[in-house]
Amino acid sequence: MKENTVLEVRDLSMHFGGLYAVDKANLSVKKDEITALIGPNGAGKTTFFNCVTGLYTPTTGKIFITPQGKKREEIDSLKPHKITNKGIARTFQNIRLFQNMTALENVMAGRHRLLKAGILHAILRDKKTKEEEEKVVHDSYEILEKIGLTKYINELAKNLPYGAQRRLEIARALATDPFILLLDEPAAGMNPNETRELDNLILRLKEDEKLSILLIEHDMSLVMRISDRIYVMDYGKIIAEGKPEQIRHDPLVIKAYLGENYNV
Amino acid sequence: MKFSYFIELFLSGLTKGSIYALLSLGYTMVYGIIQLINFAHGEIYMIGAFTALIITTILAYTGMNALAIAFLAIFLAILYSAGYAVTMERIAYKPLRNSTRLSALISAIGMSIFLQNYVRLLQTSDFLRFPPLIPEFGFMRYVEHIFTSTQLVIFVSTCVIMIILTIFIKFSKTGKAMRAVAQDRVMAMLSGININRIISVTFIFGSVTAAVGGILISSYNAQINFNIGFMAGIKAFVAAVLGGIGSIPGAVLGSFVLGWTESFGTGYISSDYEDVFAFLFLILILIFKPEGLLGRSTKQKV
Amino acid sequence: MFSIKNMTKAFFISLWIMILTFPLAVIKVNTIDKTVNWRWFNLIYIGIITFITAFLWDYFLKRNKEDNDRKKKSFLNIIADKKKYFNRPEFKTLFYGALFVVIMVFPFVSGLYQINVMTTALIYVMLGLGLNIVVGLGGLLNLGYVAFYAVGAYSYALLNKHFGINFWIALPIGALFSMLFGLIIGFPVLRLRGDYLAIVTLAFGEIVRIVLENWNEFSFGPSGISGIPRPGLFGLKMNLMQNSILIYFIMIVLTAITVFVVNRLENSRLGRTWVAMREDEIACQTMGINVTKAKLTAFALGALWAGLAGVMFAAKTTFINPASFTIWESIIILCIVVLGGMGSILGVIIASFILIILPESLRFFSDYRMLVFGAILVVMMIFRPGGIINAKRKVYQYKGKKD
Repeated sequence: MKENTVLEVRDLSMHFGGLYAVDKANLSVKKDEITALIGPNGAGKTTFFNCVTGLYTPTTGKIFITPQGKKREEIDSLKPHKITNKGIARTFQNIRLFQNMTALENVMAGRHRLLKAGILHAILRDKKTKEEEEKVVHDSYEILEKIGLTKYINELAKNLPYGAQRRLEIARALATDPFILLLDEPAAGMNPNETRELDNLILRLKEDEKLSILLIEHDMSLVMRISDRIYVMDYGKIIAEGKPEQIRHDPLVIKAYLGENYNV
Repeated sequence: MKFSYFIELFLSGLTKGSIYALLSLGYTMVYGIIQLINFAHGEIYMIGAFTALIITTILAYTGMNALAIAFLAIFLAILYSAGYAVTMERIAYKPLRNSTRLSALISAIGMSIFLQNYVRLLQTSDFLRFPPLIPEFGFMRYVEHIFTSTQLVIFVSTCVIMIILTIFIKFSKTGKAMRAVAQDRVMAMLSGININRIISVTFIFGSVTAAVGGILISSYNAQINFNIGFMAGIKAFVAAVLGGIGSIPGAVLGSFVLGWTESFGTGYISSDYEDVFAFLFLILILIFKPEGLLGRSTKQKV
Repeated sequence: MFSIKNMTKAFFISLWIMILTFPLAVIKVNTIDKTVNWRWFNLIYIGIITFITAFLWDYFLKRNKEDNDRKKKSFLNIIADKKKYFNRPEFKTLFYGALFVVIMVFPFVSGLYQINVMTTALIYVMLGLGLNIVVGLGGLLNLGYVAFYAVGAYSYALLNKHFGINFWIALPIGALFSMLFGLIIGFPVLRLRGDYLAIVTLAFGEIVRIVLENWNEFSFGPSGISGIPRPGLFGLKMNLMQNSILIYFIMIVLTAITVFVVNRLENSRLGRTWVAMREDEIACQTMGINVTKAKLTAFALGALWAGLAGVMFAAKTTFINPASFTIWESIIILCIVVLGGMGSILGVIIASFILIILPESLRFFSDYRMLVFGAILVVMMIFRPGGIINAKRKVYQYKGKKD
C-alpha cells in the first residue's frame, strides 16, 4: 500500500501570525487515484495547495513525492517553478489564465519546461528550434483536442466562455506533463451540464493519462461520484479520511458542514 | 564634529521631514484607498504654492493687512489645490478604476507632466521669489541662527495636521468609511458607502495637506518654480514607502527618517549627492524590508 | 449627442475648469517689478476648449463602453484588419521595395538637418523597441531606462577619450556594458512588485544622472565630454554631410537588426514567457517558469538596445553631458511605447516618428510638446490602452497530425 503513494504530506502547518490556516495536516495521494479534499469555506484547503505547490513556504511539515520509477524525494522549501518541474501541476480557484494570450499560447506557455530554446536559438531560429516550435504547436493542439477546446485555439483566453476558461486551465496544467494534478474547485460556477462533462474529463485524465489527482471541490455530488478517497478539512485540521460512503455518514463531517444541531 | 553642527543638521532634517510628511500623507492615503501611486501629487503641492504666490501679490496692492493676506492666500490656495485634485481624479483616474495598475500609473505620470507644463506655459519657467508669509516671532530671536520662525511653524503645523487627521480617520464616520474602502472596496460599496465620495474626500485631504506643505516650504526656500513638485513628490513617495505605504504613522515616521538621512548625508558626506542618499535609502529598504518600517507584511493572495 | 442635457453638462464642466484655471491662466504676476498682467483671453480660450473637449470626452467615453460591451470594432482596428490585403505576397514585395527605395534615396535628396532628424527618430525607434521588450512584453515598468542609454553613450565617450577606442569597437562594448549594468541593477530590484519597481528604476536612473553630474574626475561633470569622433569607414575622408549620411545608414541597419531580433524574440519560447509573466506572475511560476530569470533576461536585453542607441547618440552629436539623460528622456521613450501599443513593433516605429519628427518640424508644437505628451498618456490609457496599433497575438495554424 505504502509504495503506491505518490504524494505524501506530513504534519504540514501554515501560520499567518496567530492564524493557523493549516494545522498539522497529514494527507497522501495514491497512484492513479482521485483524492478529494473537502471542507467548509475558509478551512484552509487552498492554503494547503499553495504550500504543496511552493507558493507559500510552510511553517512546519514535510512534503514528499514519488515520481514513477524514481526515488522518493522531499519537495517542501523548493521554489514553485522547481516543484512544477518535478511533475506537480495545478489549477487555480479564481481563474488565472494568461488573459491576453490565445488559448493555444496558454498551453504553449505551459509547455515551457519541456522546451530548450534560449535567446540565441530564438534569434537565429535554426532547424532544431524550428522543429521544436512546430512540435510544441502540435502537442499543444493535441492537448486542447483532448480537453475539447480546439474551436478556441486562436481566441484570447479572456474572451472564452467561463466553463471553457476553467477547462483551459486544466489543459495548461496538463501541458507541463505532470504525474500529479491538483485541481482547485474545477466545477465552481459551472452549470450541471458542464459539471457532468467535467466528471468525464477528470475520470478520463485518470484513466488515459495515468494521473494521480487531488481536487478541492464544493460540489458534493461530483466529489462523491468520482473520488476514490476523501479528506475532510476544518479549521486547518484534517478531521476525517475515508471512502466516499464512509465520509457521507461521518458525524464529525456532518457537524463541520451543518453545525452542531443538525440531525440527519 | 561639533555638537552644534549636529543640532543644526538635526533641526534642518526635522524641517525637511515635516514637509515630506505633509506630502507623503496624500500619497499614503490615496494608495491605501485605490492602490495608485498618485504621481501628480507633487504637482498639487506646486499648484498650491503658485496660487498662494499669485493671490498674495495681488492682494498686496490693495494694501490689506499682511496677516489677513497670508490667511486669505493660504485659504484660497488650499481651496484651489483641492479643486485640482478632485478634478484630476475625475478625469484621469476614475475611468481607470477597473483597469490594470500599470495603466493607472501611466495616466498619473501623464497628469503630472501635463500639470507641470501647464504651469510652465501659462506662468513662467523661471524661478519666482516667494514672499515670506510667516512673520518672525520675537521669542525665536535667540535660536534664529539655527531654527527660524518659519521652521517652527512648519514643524508645529505638521504636528497639528497629523493629529487632526489621525483623530478624524480613527473616529469620524467618514474616516471609518475610508478605512472600510481601503480594506475592501466592493464590500464597502455593498454596505452602502458611497465610494466616489470617499475617494474624493481622500483626494481632498491629500491636496489640503500638500497645499499647506507647498506654501510652507516655498516661504522657507523663498522661491518657487514649476517643477518644485516633481522631486518633492518623488521624495515624499519614498518617505511613504519607507514607513510602509498605506499607513499614516508610517508615512510620518518615514518622512522624518528621510529628512534626517538627507540632512546628515549632505552635512557629513557631500552636499552634491542629496538626492542620491534618499534614493539609495529607498532601494535598500525595498530590497530588505519591502513592507516598510511600519507596514504589515502581507502575503499576496493566490 | 447635442441634447440640452449634454450641452448644460459641458457648459458646467467648462465653467468649473474656467474657475479652476483662473488664477494660473489669467493672472501673471511679476514679483520683481511688481506688475500684474491680466490675460482674460486665456480664460475664453480655455472655456471654449474645455466645452468642446467635455462633449467629445463624454461621447467617446460612452462609445468606448459600448465598444467593450459589444466588442465592436473601432476605426483603427478596421485598419488593422485590412492587413489581410497587405499580406498578399505581391503587395508585400511592392511595399518593401518602395520602402527600400525611399530609405536609400532619402539622404541624397534632403538636407543635413533632415538627415539628422531622421537619425534621431531612428535612435528613438531603437530605444522604443528596447523598452518595449521590458514594458510591453515583460510588463515591467522601467522608469529609469535612460540610465542604460547614458551607460552606452558614456562608454563610447570615455573609452575613446582615455584609450582612443574607435566607434566600431565601442559599439558592441557599449551595448555589453549597458547589458551588464542592467543585470547588476536588475538582480536586486526585480523581486519587487510592479509599482515599486517603477519607482526604484526611476531612482536608479536619477542616481546615475546625479553621479555623472558630480563625479568630475570620472565623467567630467555637467560640462560633459566633447569632441567625440564620428564613426569612420575604412579610413575614408568624409565631410560632415557624408558622415551624417553614413550615420544615417548605420542607424538604418541597426534598426533593421533590432526589428528583426525583437520580432524573432516575440514569437519564441522566451517571448511567450515574457507575455505570460506580464499577464500573471503566479500562474507563470506554476507553469515551471523561473520568473526571476525571465525578468532578468527582459531587463538585460532591453538595456542592450539602450546601450547601442547610447553609443550612436554620442557618435552622432559628438558631445554628451548629463543633461541629455534626465528622467524626461525616460518618459518620452515610455510615451513611445505606450502610444505605439505595448508589444507592437510597428506601433513603436510609428509612434517614435510622430513624437520625434512632429515637434522638430513644427516649432510651434515643440513648446507644447511635453504638455501634449502628458495629455496623450492620460487619453491613451483611458480610450485606447492598447495603443495606436493593438498588439495582435500570433495566429497559429494547425498543420495536421504528424506520424
